Amino acid sequence: MSKVLFVEPERCTGCRTCELICSFTHTGEFNPLHSCVSIVAFEKNGFSFPAVCQQCSIAACMEVCPVGAISKDQNGAMIVNHSICLRCKMCTIACPFGATFYDAENDRILKCDLCGGDPQCVENCASGALTYREANTVNQSKRRATAAKFLGLMEEGR
Amino acid sequence: MMFGWQGKILRVNLSDGSIKPEALNEEWAHQFIGARGLGTKYFFEEVDPQVDPLSPKNKLIFMTGPLTGTFASSAGRFNVVTKGPLNGTIAASNSGGYWGAELKYAGWDGIIIEGRADRPVYLYIYNDQAELRCAEELWGKNVFETTDMLKEATDEEAKVACIGPAGENLVKFACIMNEYHRAAGRSGVGAVMGSKNLKAIVVRGTGSIKVDNPAAFMQACQDARKKLREHEVTGEGLGAYGTNILVNILNEHGGLPVKNFSEAAVFPNAEKISGEYHAEKYLVRNKGCFGCTIACGRVTNIPQGRFKSSGEGPEYEATWTFGSNLAIDDFEAICKANFLCNELGLDPITMGGTISCATELVQRGIIPRTVADLRWGDGAMLVDLVRKTAYREGFGDELAEGSYRLAEKYGHPEFSMTVKKQELPAYDPRGLQGIGLNYATSNRGGCHVRGYMTSPEVLGLPERVDPDATEGKPALLKTFQDLTALCDSAGICLFTTFAIGLPEIAAQLRTATGLNISDDEYLLAGERIWNLERLFNLKAGFSKKDDTLPPRLLKDPMPGGPHKGRVVELDKMLPEYYRLRGWNEEGVPTQERLQQLGLA
Repeated sequence: MSKVLFVEPERCTGCRTCELICSFTHTGEFNPLHSCVSIVAFEKNGFSFPAVCQQCSIAACMEVCPVGAISKDQNGAMIVNHSICLRCKMCTIACPFGATFYDAENDRILKCDLCGGDPQCVENCASGALTYREANTVNQSKRRATAAKFLGLMEEGR
Repeated sequence: MMFGWQGKILRVNLSDGSIKPEALNEEWAHQFIGARGLGTKYFFEEVDPQVDPLSPKNKLIFMTGPLTGTFASSAGRFNVVTKGPLNGTIAASNSGGYWGAELKYAGWDGIIIEGRADRPVYLYIYNDQAELRCAEELWGKNVFETTDMLKEATDEEAKVACIGPAGENLVKFACIMNEYHRAAGRSGVGAVMGSKNLKAIVVRGTGSIKVDNPAAFMQACQDARKKLREHEVTGEGLGAYGTNILVNILNEHGGLPVKNFSEAAVFPNAEKISGEYHAEKYLVRNKGCFGCTIACGRVTNIPQGRFKSSGEGPEYEATWTFGSNLAIDDFEAICKANFLCNELGLDPITMGGTISCATELVQRGIIPRTVADLRWGDGAMLVDLVRKTAYREGFGDELAEGSYRLAEKYGHPEFSMTVKKQELPAYDPRGLQGIGLNYATSNRGGCHVRGYMTSPEVLGLPERVDPDATEGKPALLKTFQDLTALCDSAGICLFTTFAIGLPEIAAQLRTATGLNISDDEYLLAGERIWNLERLFNLKAGFSKKDDTLPPRLLKDPMPGGPHKGRVVELDKMLPEYYRLRGWNEEGVPTQERLQQLGLA
């Protein structure tokens, strides 16, 4: 069964720990712009949205790549083969979420590789906004929460 | 090349418009670490302690710590160091949010602001580029409008630290706000910024922070983060209820001050202003500062009614100062007043303390009702007074000076609940002897976060001590104060110290910076910082006579509650405190002690 990196923005506290651990894991330094996950903050509203590659089944980044440098690995992650990548950046244009981008300092394309099946952002997320779960089950808690509301209403006799 | 520190300071002179980068003084960084300590060292070396806080000769220093912006536990802090206009002590006002980390990513450890601009300006920093820009259109705008306009004018991802109308109008307790809701709150640092015609500092950084030993640093950070996540306070309580979890705890303890500390420190309606009530009725979600797993911040919404509003907070201190301290049990009014403080750029602790003092003066007939008709328990009156204070309208002009000047003007300074003219926070020290000693000796006057003795005296952390006892308090407080100075200087949040201590903080600092000194030497840096602040205050004219408390807390027995009949027995603690600090009987550091600390 394939797993997905599941995002629940309503749980996110905006602490950006995911950005720190991701940039460190991939570059050994701390820089939110070298992180594959980005916290898009609406500071005034106190709302934060973790933007990260969704590993699309029909992946625009993969389809647009002129040299076939992006392929799917056994975890379902779209992986960049840096040895043949041209750094043409077409994938960064094609991604509808802005989740694939160019790291100028290290001259390479950065995108989420699910850390080989052990995503460190999930490991370090204290709020539970990021989880790594079986794809088929990600929404089951939402279904149960909705059902529980019905249960409550019925028990109130409404 | 430095690790942890970026090794660069930006010096901005508003009088002549010059902007110059300079190398960070590495020797000072090793001695004073960063943020509060390093900012104070620069300030101490460059500014005459007798300077008028609102004159161009005062400086305003923004300084981060070596851990700020890294993976260290809750490392999003920066400090604003200056001479504060509320009381003339050394002001080191600490803020969270994301601004400090952004400054590091832009490549700077700190900014030193000098002089005064002819007309309103703001400073825009994009990595190594910095420029002063016209802020005439921003002058008069509140914090939210200003932040919106500056993001629009510069970069949507930029972080904005700015003043509101209170800072512009030189309200003595104006703060500097960042990311809309975070504050360098105390001592009136916002008025200093206003006096310099500096509306905002906007920062965008795209660079990296490197650490000395990445693998060992990550291990030290993960060790600290694990302890934070597993601790009952930092892993559960503060996340579930925010700092307002303290309302019920302090009320049960008999330490929640009521009506300007004039009644027993037990508020009958505490439940209605508690963290539990807040979470149940009004909490939208938790908010975390940079890199923080605690996420004590509250996104709060009042959906309807006359106080309909939304924002962040209120924190425990604001809830108390606008709540039981004014006998107000309407949580919606408290929220509205708190949100207004954020929008206008005011410190809630001093705001509420000043209204509370004024209300007592009116009730006693000292301030005529024709001047101000103030009542206990009136939420609408509170909200109106907060707004009037920021704009110095009517009686707000008198409130804008803080409670000490207000009470002194009417001939009764003894009703100002201040130490060194700064308003006391939310703990009646007659029920916590150690916090009383901390108030009296705090280097910025009335303050709880210089040595948070509430932790051992009420919460039992790291171990429980008898709150009514005086024995052992001076030694315990000294350790708390020194460790806090280190923590504030490292760039991490003080709240981490509920769960971690010196070993964890030192391990993170050592591996980040490569400064391989022992735990004890790191704690000694905290003591060095404490003594440097003391030296500044002594040169500024403070002395032993100022290390005291309002007479009410020393002479009037607590009227009721678990600590009924008690006063703060300061005279039993202060001489021992001086001795343990290596200060003489007048509270002046001895030459010998200064030599040991490398300050001679």
